[in-house]
Amino acid sequence: MVGKARIRASLFVTCLVDQLFPRVGVGVVRALRSQGVSVDFPPDQTCCGQPLFNSGFRKEAAALARRTLKSFAHSDRVVVPSGSCASMMKVFYPDLFRDDPEWGPLARDLSGRVHEFSQFMVNVLGVTDVGAAYEGRVAYHPSCHLLRELGAVDEPVSLLNGVKGLERVELPEAGVCCGFGGGFSVKHAGISEAMLKDKVDNVVGTGARAVASCDAGCLMQIGGGLSRRGADVRAVHLAEILGGVA
Amino acid sequence: MAGVKMREFRRASARALADDKLQSFLGRSMGTFDGAREEAIEELSRQRWDELRERGRAIKRHTLDNLDYYLDMLCDRVSQNGGHTHFAKDSDEARRIVGEIARARGAKLAIKSKSMVSEEMELNPFLESMGVEPVETDLGEYIIQLAGEAPFHIIAPAMHKSKEDVGELFEKKGIGLPNLKEIEAMADAARVALRGKLIAADMGITGANFMVAETGTVALVTNEGNGRFCTSVPRTLVSIAGMEKIVPCLEDLAVFMRLLPRAATGQRISSYVTHVSGPRRPGDEDGPEEFHLVIVDNGRSNLLEDPDLREALYCIRCGACLNACPVYRKVGGHAYGWVYPGPIGAVVSPALAGLDKGKELPYASSLCGACKDVCPIKINIPHMLLKLRSSVAEGAERGGTKASLGERLAVKGYGWLMSRPRALSMARRLGRWMQWPVARRGLIRRAPVPPFSRWTRSRDLPALAPRPFRDLWRRELAEEE
Repeated sequence: MVGKARIRASLFVTCLVDQLFPRVGVGVVRALRSQGVSVDFPPDQTCCGQPLFNSGFRKEAAALARRTLKSFAHSDRVVVPSGSCASMMKVFYPDLFRDDPEWGPLARDLSGRVHEFSQFMVNVLGVTDVGAAYEGRVAYHPSCHLLRELGAVDEPVSLLNGVKGLERVELPEAGVCCGFGGGFSVKHAGISEAMLKDKVDNVVGTGARAVASCDAGCLMQIGGGLSRRGADVRAVHLAEILGGVA
Repeated sequence: MAGVKMREFRRASARALADDKLQSFLGRSMGTFDGAREEAIEELSRQRWDELRERGRAIKRHTLDNLDYYLDMLCDRVSQNGGHTHFAKDSDEARRIVGEIARARGAKLAIKSKSMVSEEMELNPFLESMGVEPVETDLGEYIIQLAGEAPFHIIAPAMHKSKEDVGELFEKKGIGLPNLKEIEAMADAARVALRGKLIAADMGITGANFMVAETGTVALVTNEGNGRFCTSVPRTLVSIAGMEKIVPCLEDLAVFMRLLPRAATGQRISSYVTHVSGPRRPGDEDGPEEFHLVIVDNGRSNLLEDPDLREALYCIRCGACLNACPVYRKVGGHAYGWVYPGPIGAVVSPALAGLDKGKELPYASSLCGACKDVCPIKINIPHMLLKLRSSVAEGAERGGTKASLGERLAVKGYGWLMSRPRALSMARRLGRWMQWPVARRGLIRRAPVPPFSRWTRSRDLPALAPRPFRDLWRRELAEEE
């Protein structure tokens, strides 16, 4: 733990986790609390607006961004179990409101308080071993936004390395996109599928029992591909492993 | 550029995915350039590489901020060296200028060294129409000229052609003996066929990898020596360049000469680097009697004026972003429908040919950012794609939105729902009820309606969870604290 005062963090759970993978949120809460973090959950949060922003609808995205800015206006820190949604808030909110005298300052202020989950654990809390246990071989898929917008190369890996019983195996071509890309996955379903096929081949080839990542979007894509192929490999969020709910 | 024909990405990419031969080629070959680039960077050290990239960026930024100044300087130097400069605001004008020069010299045969801008302005068909035979002398470019195709890749235009393809093509076009099987024999045949043209040509046409303002120099990076042939043998030489190709001085050029070959092919330096600073001087053994430099705008001003897209002009056309792009690696260069393929093409093509024609291209990306990572000038391509997407969706340019009605409705609906947690919760209950017939053990294997049906073609879809996280929080988690 850092300092004497208890660290407080607000959870932005993301819409995908809220609706489809609630267990990931449970994992985040358990992992944070295991380190003595006081967690709250602003109840009026919904979506950060990224799906709309990435489709080019900046105005509609800005409406959701303003909601989110309001929801977290009073949070010390915001923890997000998604590299992609965290990028939206850290990188693209300031861009979205760069000429807005009212919301611009709020967006820039929030940007500094938002932390992707693995980066929060390692860089803010300074922990890599949270006392979690998970038996078996696990491959790690770095999600694109986490890797390239937020520059998290080592954080998730060192957290996985700190898990008791977990044998981390290298995923070939790990840094290549899984083909999710939000709307891209259905707009260009054929290309998305072709990219996914390579990813699933690589995951299955490692002989891992699970592939871990830090974004529900990638997990939905890779997990969906694995289960369609009938492969005995699970797609899990890092927070599920660290929170002991995987 | 009203005349540009651009194929639809959706259809062309679907065709590419269904083409087994192309898929097997892409699967085998696309890692080669990527690996060579990585090795070259390791050899230099990643830190040194990043320093060079930053210097390259700084030079580009400075030059484009002072473009008028450096263009003036370049023109002065070129005329001091005895050459002529021409400015073309678009393709039509650029073609007309080259055409006038050819007409004035009575040129009948023009040998060309590989030039993307000449592809962009469709120079070859224009020259043919006025009775000048254009002959591409870069082997790859020669092959696609014979095949009548657009370049598949910025630096390897015919990389998609197997040796069998080339053998058949040569036989059909009467290049060399029939039934050639070996690559060497084909290269020999091309050499023989080209040699006669190289010697007989009365005009040379090149692109320019860089133009150096302080010396009035055009710099060409080639591997086959054909570029130097084009600049030294014919009596008239015309170099054509996009106006962003300028660098202030030779010292700056040296930075790019380290960046370009490494990023493109993993070479420390290309086999040939040719500098042309005007026509032959008294006492020179070779070189053209007449030198023209045609500087082309053709939509580049649009990029220059747009602070969000200006970086696209930093591009040195190395092709690294194509090699790294997982989408390019699945659909290949022709799916992008025009001259410039891949991630940088998805930015440049709509800007040069018009957003109307290129409106699909900004969406031809999963926004993974691999392009930005490998770019020797660190161009932030994904951010520019996002900006272009907003121009498409919100109709920032000409005539309103270009998004489909279905997409706009979906966006409105999503935005509405996500602004109303209560309605969201009701929609969720409705969704749970609707998914009941198709969901088994939390997964939907076949969704009946788009866009979900497009997802479940090849992937299982997670069903809406029995309880959303917010309920779990309220019921259990909030109290644990």
